[in-house]
Amino acid sequence: MPTVCDTRSEMAAVQDAPVEADNEKEIKTETLNDAAGNHASAAGGVIPSPPVASTSSSGPAKAGGPGSEEQQTLMAVLQFLKKNNFVGAVDVLRREAGILEDSDESQGQELAASALGGAEAGDATCTLSRASSCTTSTPAVAAAPAKGGEDQPDVNVVLSAYSQQGDPALYQGYYSGLKKFVESVLDCHRAELSQLFYPLFVHMYLELVYNNHETEAKAFFEKFSGDQECYYQDDLRVLSGLTKKEHMKGNETLLDFRTSKFVLRISRDSYQLLKRHLQERQNNQIWNIIQEHLYIDIFDGMPRSKSQIDSMSGSLAGEAKREANKAKVFYGLLKEPEIDVPLDDEDEEGENEEGKPKKKKPKKDSMGSKSKKQDPNAPQQNRIPLPELKDSDKLDKIMYMKEATKRIRLGPESLPSICFYTFLNAYQGLTAVDFTDDSSLIAGGFADSTVRVWSVTPKKLRSVKSAADLNLIDKESDDVLERIMDEKSASESKILYGHSGPVYGVSFSPDRNYLLSCSEDGTVRLWSLQTFTCLVGYKGHNYPVWDTQFSPYGYYFISGGHDRVARLWATDHYQPLRMFAGHLADITCTQFHPNSNYVATGSADRTVRLWDILNGNCVRIFTGHKGPIHSLAFSPNGKYLASGATDGRVLLWDIGHGLMIGELKGHTDTVYSLKFSRDGEILASGSMDNTVRLWDSIKAFDDIETDDFTAATGHIHLPENSQELLLGTYMTKSTPVIHLHFTRRNLLLAAGAYNP
Amino acid sequence: MEDEWRPKQCSVLLPTESMKTMAESVGVGQLQEESCVALTEEVSYRIKEIIQDALKFMHHGKRRKLTSNDIDHALKMKNVEPLYGFQSQEFIPFRFASGGGRELHFYEEKEVDLSDIINTPLPRVPLEVSLKAHWLSIEGVQPAIPENPPPASKEQQKTESTEPLKAVKPGQEEEGAIQGKGQGAAATEGKGKEKNVARLKARSTHELSVEQQLYYKEITEACVGSCEAKRAEALQSIATDPGLYQMLPRFSTFISEGVRVNVVQNNLALLIYLMRMVKALMDNPTLYLEKYLHELIPAVVTCIVSKQLCLRPDVDNHWALRDFAARLMAQSCKTFSTTTNNIQSRITKTFTKSLLDDRTQWTTRYGCIAGLSELGPDVIKTLILPRLPVEGARIKAVLEGPVISNIDKIGAEHVQSLLLKHCAGVIAKTRPLPDNLEQYRADYSYLGPLLHSHVVKARAQATLQAQQVNRTTVTITQSRPTLPASQSSLGGTGGSRAPSIIKVPSSLTLMSTRPGTPTQPSPSATKYIVMATSAGAASTQQVITLGASQSSSPVTSTVPSSASAQQPLVKVETAGGGASSVGGSRTLQKYIVVSLPTSSSSSSSSETKSSTTVPSSSASPISAEPTVKTERSESPGASFHGSH
Repeated sequence: MPTVCDTRSEMAAVQDAPVEADNEKEIKTETLNDAAGNHASAAGGVIPSPPVASTSSSGPAKAGGPGSEEQQTLMAVLQFLKKNNFVGAVDVLRREAGILEDSDESQGQELAASALGGAEAGDATCTLSRASSCTTSTPAVAAAPAKGGEDQPDVNVVLSAYSQQGDPALYQGYYSGLKKFVESVLDCHRAELSQLFYPLFVHMYLELVYNNHETEAKAFFEKFSGDQECYYQDDLRVLSGLTKKEHMKGNETLLDFRTSKFVLRISRDSYQLLKRHLQERQNNQIWNIIQEHLYIDIFDGMPRSKSQIDSMSGSLAGEAKREANKAKVFYGLLKEPEIDVPLDDEDEEGENEEGKPKKKKPKKDSMGSKSKKQDPNAPQQNRIPLPELKDSDKLDKIMYMKEATKRIRLGPESLPSICFYTFLNAYQGLTAVDFTDDSSLIAGGFADSTVRVWSVTPKKLRSVKSAADLNLIDKESDDVLERIMDEKSASESKILYGHSGPVYGVSFSPDRNYLLSCSEDGTVRLWSLQTFTCLVGYKGHNYPVWDTQFSPYGYYFISGGHDRVARLWATDHYQPLRMFAGHLADITCTQFHPNSNYVATGSADRTVRLWDILNGNCVRIFTGHKGPIHSLAFSPNGKYLASGATDGRVLLWDIGHGLMIGELKGHTDTVYSLKFSRDGEILASGSMDNTVRLWDSIKAFDDIETDDFTAATGHIHLPENSQELLLGTYMTKSTPVIHLHFTRRNLLLAAGAYNP
Repeated sequence: MEDEWRPKQCSVLLPTESMKTMAESVGVGQLQEESCVALTEEVSYRIKEIIQDALKFMHHGKRRKLTSNDIDHALKMKNVEPLYGFQSQEFIPFRFASGGGRELHFYEEKEVDLSDIINTPLPRVPLEVSLKAHWLSIEGVQPAIPENPPPASKEQQKTESTEPLKAVKPGQEEEGAIQGKGQGAAATEGKGKEKNVARLKARSTHELSVEQQLYYKEITEACVGSCEAKRAEALQSIATDPGLYQMLPRFSTFISEGVRVNVVQNNLALLIYLMRMVKALMDNPTLYLEKYLHELIPAVVTCIVSKQLCLRPDVDNHWALRDFAARLMAQSCKTFSTTTNNIQSRITKTFTKSLLDDRTQWTTRYGCIAGLSELGPDVIKTLILPRLPVEGARIKAVLEGPVISNIDKIGAEHVQSLLLKHCAGVIAKTRPLPDNLEQYRADYSYLGPLLHSHVVKARAQATLQAQQVNRTTVTITQSRPTLPASQSSLGGTGGSRAPSIIKVPSSLTLMSTRPGTPTQPSPSATKYIVMATSAGAASTQQVITLGASQSSSPVTSTVPSSASAQQPLVKVETAGGGASSVGGSRTLQKYIVVSLPTSSSSSSSSETKSSTTVPSSSASPISAEPTVKTERSESPGASFHGSH
């Protein structure tokens, strides 16, 4: 295990050369199963230059600061490392955090119970980001601590909080007493206080189960489960099956509840009301639960209305804390690199040939001026080291600009045409689709473990000749690039074999040389589209990987899966650079921000999180979905995020303000794909209900008024205007829409498998 | 949604007996009851847990069906060995067995002989995954191509037509309004108004794309053109294409205008074509015709009761058109009549009114009777049977009186045969036995004796058929079992008639284009078979009409063609009365191609499935009285009685 420490050694300059597959090392996580239940450490490896400074400098300050929680978190990690004899790691961590040798001994005992609550202690991650690069597997295990099996001391610690005994017969009385109270308060407070029901219900039920009061627990569940909001029904279903103390070991939903405090936002008035009531009634049971298991985020001002609350709640662990969304996010776009003059001339010649010499000039100017303006919200150009542009990339950029001039301006008056690619004879086996940016290739992932690549242009797919044949060709000739291709291998589609389980995600690299795929077998594979062979298998997720995506600039990619950790990789490293832990359930979808500085992850815990690649921090938590999130899309200007979930709703988020700004209702089934048009005017959504819908995203963004108050509190009134925003609904013939893509000219491509 | 799962969520457990059985199957006898209970709870919980995990795989597999593979993956995720061997695509067929007080559900595993597996032919290799592109939408409008679903479901069309204000329906309609380039502004303006002021009815645009215009042109030209093959194709397209609703108003206008013009010009052929279009439209399950009945019904009624439909009423068979249109009318009454539009009662009134009128022409009279008769036995019973003596007298006056007009005589004959055909069945059903000839004469005067013989035959037929039905498994609708299989009055249809009569001059090609598409058996009652025999110089074409609705017994009509003896003949056997059976029971139909001269052979030489049909009598046992005498000279028609 100590060998893993090497990964934090300075990375070589960013380059594209893939690591040989033989060099992979499997990270042995099995040995670490009895990890401390530490959720806090969203950790990462070290990206080449800047992060080291920022993290290490912030480290001591934090550790010494008032956040005893962080201290405890560190202790937990230390203790865990010690237990597993990671001496080196312990030393490094101790040095980084500035913790004395003996202090961790004394604090060790109390840490488990208390530190576990703060799952998304975002600041602590700073402290840890460097140190835990040595222990890359820690969060993975901690995140899914239940998976391993036999003895899990941490679970017992977690559960021990429930050991306080109350009279089981009184629980129903407590709960209905609170219910009566909430029903009797003023209308304006009722909605807010009603939020308490669900977490209290769950915790009381779990307490009953933990203390072996099975019949009381059942009766309690029967009596009150019907009162809960309908969007919690999935979790309630899990709970309903859980009737024995033994079941609680290893139940993820339960652990989520225990390890993370359920967050409620309540106005000060309502909170005072509640507090007074509970104190009057001497209702210690409920008070204890509130104290120990809930996090009540009190704000000043008007209590929220029912619809406001409903729009934000629904996630596994309540709403996001307000401060969780306060960090500054550089959502602006990066400056486009200047394209060399000679290339432009060349380009112009091409234009001349086409007989449109005049069009080029004004466009170039506009592009130039645009790129020169530095967006105040944009991150530093080199905040994240990006791969250098190669000549072929520049050529592609020029192609892109050319195409962009021919782009159709979309809007409510001019809707895009939709070309639908139907996968026939897929036998329900199509699981993922991706298009290249220039729309020349389509990749499909299938349940039979294959990945297939099609060319949708007349240009067929050819692979490079074998090494022996390559020796024969004249390397000096001008058309060497053409000569290395094997004409005999030309075909319209290629099949890539390598995975040993269903492929759940595919993603093309921007330069179209590589393809990523992730699978149930726990690996992410990098395929060469020159040779159509597998180059690397990235092992790190030990459980199914649900989604993977290339950065818009290439080189980096993100993957997320059942282990609840999103990993950031670089193609030439066989171990992840960053690990983003914090989600309470499977990460179901991942998406890179257009400026490549952030990634968004959607999860089965019904939250969307935005992570800073630089330091691994979670900078935004968006709650409001009522079902697992299956699709994400950033607007081209990087300001907005759209997310679609199994409940068929699409939510729109303002990244800068950290606000929900829209809700698009219309789909009746899981939204599996979302895409903004190239200029961001139209949002297209594709769903399991066999429809493609087009939404007026400009209007959706404009309609919302974000005054200072809403921005400060995050309490928004969502306009009920889904029907006005819906520009079109296009039924397919029993073909679920699982991918959407706007071509560079704003033609919408959709893909799905015909499902007779 | 949440209500569905609430009842007794946590108490769903496996029965303890299952635990015992499983324990025994792995060699643990005598399991304690307590252990069973504990096991049950544990196992039930674990199963639920695994299924919840398996659901994740289903969601990520973008499926709606949980498969056994998902369970395998969920097990694997829990570090449990997957269950191998459960690859069933469908449900796993558990068998139930009991005995000795024990009940077992088990998965039947048959012993399979290896050689069987080796010797069975390999299943077809599944097709390779392939990619196909099509336009889901072109600038916001969904093209009506087979790859796309029908643009608007029938329900949608209905709500659109009946509740236009409610139909704030996103999608194609709205798109169309916005996209209609020229009208874009007007349409949006209209929309704005609708929202703000008066809730105007949203303007629905009926702009057709270029493709649709081309299609419309092709279809209408083919429908009224001269090529029968093209027409058949066009009609089939109308009857099956799901994307026609946008063109429906045009088709409707085309038909109504076409009928208006061609009735005046007495162009029988075109009228027939247009009626076939109506039928095709009605056959199309995706069209919501209610909006266009005001145009279609007058056109159809015109074709039923118009006093003159053809240039030579003595020669041309406009009777068949009337019959066909009457059937269409009956069908639309059945389909579209509601308490608000009252189609059936209004139509009945119209028919009855002209039937009661003494001055009504024979042609119109025929149409009225046909129209009424098709509406069902109840209508016949209440409206036609009481009229029989009067009509009989009128027929008698023409047939036995001095010859005034040849046309009148033909008309009277047709009316007579029509009355006999329809009334005999109803009488046979309603009138108590015995069939006394004198009684009939007393009740029905002139038509009495003829009715008597028909009724007797119908009864005999019914009993015969009942026996046959008992023997075979034929699906015969027994709605009018006692009907005699008298043929429709079309010349040349009577199976028992002498072949010479049904000779039809080849110049009369429209005879062959009688309604109904021979290539595509439609659920309508009547089947027409066209056969062409090119015998010598004048090739003759013959139409065999088998009114299945009238003939409950299967009728084989073998009509030797006039000149040649060795031409293949097409025989049709129909069974069951389709038209009378409400709710669209399909008539069983088969085509048999036989070679002459074995004209009277039964179905043995057929190439179709013959086992289910009733063995047919070689020739129709019924002789239809009226015969067409083509040599009659024509007489001018009397007053025109427009009824629409």
